[in-house]
Amino acid sequence: MANTFASLSDRMNHIFSKLRNKGRLTELEIKQAMREIRVALLEADVNFQVVKQFVASVSEKAIGEDILKSLTPDQQIIKIVNEELIELMGSKTQKLAVSDRQPTVYMMCGLQGAGKTTMCGKLALYLKKQNKKVLLVACDIYRPAAIQQLKVVAGKVGTEVFEEGQIDPVKIATDSIPYAPKNGYDTVIIDTAGRLHIDETLMGELVNVKKAVKPTEILLVVDSMTGQDAVTVADTFNKTLDITGVIMTKLDGDTRGGAALSIKAVTGKSIKFCGIGEKMEEIEPFHPDRMASRILGMGDVLTLIEKAESAYSQEQAMNLQKKLKENSFNLEDYLEQLESVGKMGNLGDMMNMIPGLAGKMKGGMPEINEKQLLRTKAIIQSMTPKERRNPDIIKASRRKRIAAGSGTSIQEVNQLLKQFELTKNMMSRMQKGGLRGLRGLF
Amino acid sequence: MGFFQKIAEGIKKTKDNFQKKLYFAFSARALDDEFYENLEEALLAADMGITASESVIDQLRDRVFEEKVKAPEDAKELLKEILVGDIEFDVPEYEYPLVILLSGVNGVGKTTAVGKLAHMFKEQGKSVVVAAADTFRAAASEQLEVWGQRAGVRVVKHGEGSDPAAVVFDAISSAKAKGTDVVLVDTAGRLHNKVNLMNELKKICRVVERELPDADFRKYLVLDATTGQNAVAQAEVFGEAVDLDGIILTKLDGTAKGGVVVAISDELELPVLYVGVGEKIDDLIPFDAKDFVDALI
Repeated sequence: MANTFASLSDRMNHIFSKLRNKGRLTELEIKQAMREIRVALLEADVNFQVVKQFVASVSEKAIGEDILKSLTPDQQIIKIVNEELIELMGSKTQKLAVSDRQPTVYMMCGLQGAGKTTMCGKLALYLKKQNKKVLLVACDIYRPAAIQQLKVVAGKVGTEVFEEGQIDPVKIATDSIPYAPKNGYDTVIIDTAGRLHIDETLMGELVNVKKAVKPTEILLVVDSMTGQDAVTVADTFNKTLDITGVIMTKLDGDTRGGAALSIKAVTGKSIKFCGIGEKMEEIEPFHPDRMASRILGMGDVLTLIEKAESAYSQEQAMNLQKKLKENSFNLEDYLEQLESVGKMGNLGDMMNMIPGLAGKMKGGMPEINEKQLLRTKAIIQSMTPKERRNPDIIKASRRKRIAAGSGTSIQEVNQLLKQFELTKNMMSRMQKGGLRGLRGLF
Repeated sequence: MGFFQKIAEGIKKTKDNFQKKLYFAFSARALDDEFYENLEEALLAADMGITASESVIDQLRDRVFEEKVKAPEDAKELLKEILVGDIEFDVPEYEYPLVILLSGVNGVGKTTAVGKLAHMFKEQGKSVVVAAADTFRAAASEQLEVWGQRAGVRVVKHGEGSDPAAVVFDAISSAKAKGTDVVLVDTAGRLHNKVNLMNELKKICRVVERELPDADFRKYLVLDATTGQNAVAQAEVFGEAVDLDGIILTKLDGTAKGGVVVAISDELELPVLYVGVGEKIDDLIPFDAKDFVDALI
């Protein structure tokens, strides 16, 4: 069984490309497709019971007359699978509730290592951007240095931590509530200790915190890589605390996040956010429809467009287009481009959002390494404006000077110039032939 | 009934009856398709993954046929035998000086495992130094320092954001100067930033191999038992960076069974060495394949 796991979207692509080649479908073929969907969902860690129901429900709809009569059966199957996935995850994005009475209190809970403390920081930054004044409350009195970690996180996002050392978390939480408005905070995020859902004492402590501070929302933080047990964990937390929402963390890398599907199914509570990286800005509202498309390998164009828009202004885009037409794309523009890419996040992740490219770029895609990005910037910034505008004039002695000035080597300068030429070439091809023009490059 | 309710109902039923279901599977009159289907679901529920579950079930079917087994109880023993065979490995004894490097994704419990290992070696009368080479996560070295105090061992640390390899270098220099038996290396959790991960881990390994060429150097991956099939990818990615010698499976005190290690053992031939079963300092115990399988099914 030397099967390295293909990602869910790879698999779905594979299934549907098989279907696509066939035209009309028989019941048997649908059954085969459903079997592969079952395997794909199980490999993505969707709970086996959810998978069972899901597959049954989809086949029921698929093995109907309408699909057999249809001219493009594959499209209909994709549509059904997509719709069911969206329905399972909740049909629209859910916002956080805001309390009428100040302060609004969000209480975070979850297992050890789910990423609660980091998520507190991310959420604080997210809310800060919406002009909220956020206070972080340190109620993890058990894990060594947890309070210290929250303080560092708070420092990164520029907010304060309320702490009273390692005393009863119920008291800390209670004390933080009057403290917040007195000190100009309208929002309180309570970080609690990670605990096992079967630890009755610690679960009881959460119930007491809940009673004491009456949170506006109780958010369960779940690691996206959680397996079959996600269902048990979420169900127990929900039964004990009546949570109001879920945050999925670590939804990046090769994480397929089947747990998201299972949790929604078992608790009925919405997934509100997902954390996607180690940086504090890397938090996104959870979009069920986008997630479904992503799982199906139909790309997540909406997220990509949004990311691109926030990283790259309209004006910059127009400017670039003009330059490409005039063939005057130079190193200054290249630097600007690189910085935008840096702002947008991991290049591999971005490629997976493009329909048709999802899954195909694996391995072939250079990873954007942030340290490398810094070096590249240093090299370009060590050039004179004249050199940046006319890279052709950069000959041996200039290369030597640039390498010395940027603290890199001549080889690295050479490599950058080569990379620049390649990018320029690629961009003018894209300009001419759209994505098709790119094909020769990969 | 809507699609959503149906699923919710289905899950509730399974959860309530899961243990019973397993019991029923094995108290079935015959080893029919339904028996195997129930069994497969039990393995799936333990996070064994579809590929490993199917392969184990196939093996079981073959053995049942060859050995003309009729009773489900006997089939259960066969199943256990197959599983134990999959995850039992001969692991060489430690030699000293010993260096153990722990790697893994974020939040699996690397720092805690280092603390517990330190305690374990200390109890065995070994001298221990710990390298706080997770210089990335906020307050990671402070956390390790608390563990160091609890276990009564030295912790070598630098500031946040410093070079992890330099921390390891210092820890090894200190170990060499004092003739310390065991050097434990805690590293930063990383998800998908593969380039940095590889380079950083490789660099740490190079430092260890250069500075202590004759030491017994073991590289372990720390896995969270609640993790699903992604653990296989984790083992692959980390295995590319360093030549892994085994797995430490943490958080086995919850309701998750950690069945994914069967898939990993199967595919990557990696033995599980220790399991974490609680929050106390002595809650890290050597792995026992038979006990593990007994808990699994």
